[in-house]
Amino acid sequence: MPAPAPLRIAGRTFGSRLILGSGGFDNHEVMAEALTAAGTELCTVALRRLDPAAHGSILDVLERCGVDVLPNTAGCFTAQDALSTARLAREALGTDWIKLEVIGDEHTLMPDAVELLAAAETLVADGFTVLPYTSDDPVLARRLADVGCAAVMPLGAPIGSGMGITNPYNLALIIDQAEVPVILDAGVGTASDATLALELGCDAVLCASAISRAHDPVAMAAAIRLGVEAGALARSAGRIPQRRYARASSPRAGLADLRSPAARARG
Amino acid sequence: MEIILNGEPRDLPVGTTVAGLIGTLGVRADGRGVAVAVDGVVVPRAVWGETPLAPDACVEVLVAVQGG
Repeated sequence: MPAPAPLRIAGRTFGSRLILGSGGFDNHEVMAEALTAAGTELCTVALRRLDPAAHGSILDVLERCGVDVLPNTAGCFTAQDALSTARLAREALGTDWIKLEVIGDEHTLMPDAVELLAAAETLVADGFTVLPYTSDDPVLARRLADVGCAAVMPLGAPIGSGMGITNPYNLALIIDQAEVPVILDAGVGTASDATLALELGCDAVLCASAISRAHDPVAMAAAIRLGVEAGALARSAGRIPQRRYARASSPRAGLADLRSPAARARG
Repeated sequence: MEIILNGEPRDLPVGTTVAGLIGTLGVRADGRGVAVAVDGVVVPRAVWGETPLAPDACVEVLVAVQGG
């Protein structure tokens, strides 16, 4: 059985199509177990003020699990804030990969399209590998790819909502036109949401709350890993087209004549 | 002299560098995982040792935490 081709982002190959967000885990121990169960190779972190009371660094946990770090610009509402945060992340973590978030509304956490595109363009020019969290707008996704983003990461539904993929038609449009990997970011609530994303043609899924806030985060990490694998395999297997009427799977030829003699006589 | 460290006032000897300040904060000695901005400008780790802090400097010291 041929495996689907591995995921490639900006020239890097990943065996796993599941990227983890580290937010929301109760502690580093549960996160480490979930990282292992998810089989992920890449995990987001945020940058915040040093807390002298905090014990243990998330970087040590990621290192121990063999997972690379993907810093984000979560909490930024302007391009300028996102640029500064990205540059700080590059300094702190020694990676030029950045999950670019520029939020436009604190209740929906929807991206601010104008600020996002401006920040993406500047960061690409500054040598960053930019993975933007974006809305499910196909035009914006294309514009982000056009300015040199290494992938586009449309939301399926608001961050942390667990609503799944609320507009699969828009997502399919983004995938159809995409010349860079498409990573579903936000909205996944359970394993089948991740499966659907891959079946629709997403290259990967980024998932945080669905795992970290599940009743059993480690079990959900394993479930979503399997969901992603199932979706990728189903996509590469080539599903049957949907149709409104039935198409018999048993042959019509060779049906037995089981009529009574009277019925046969009636023709 | 007084500076503002992560929003809180802090007293430091005059002439303290960014590296000197970081050395007091209990982070990894190599500074990995730590980023510093002074008055809104990123200070690369390579020049922490030669960047003195001015009185009233607004210093942000950031680290990676769970998020996203």
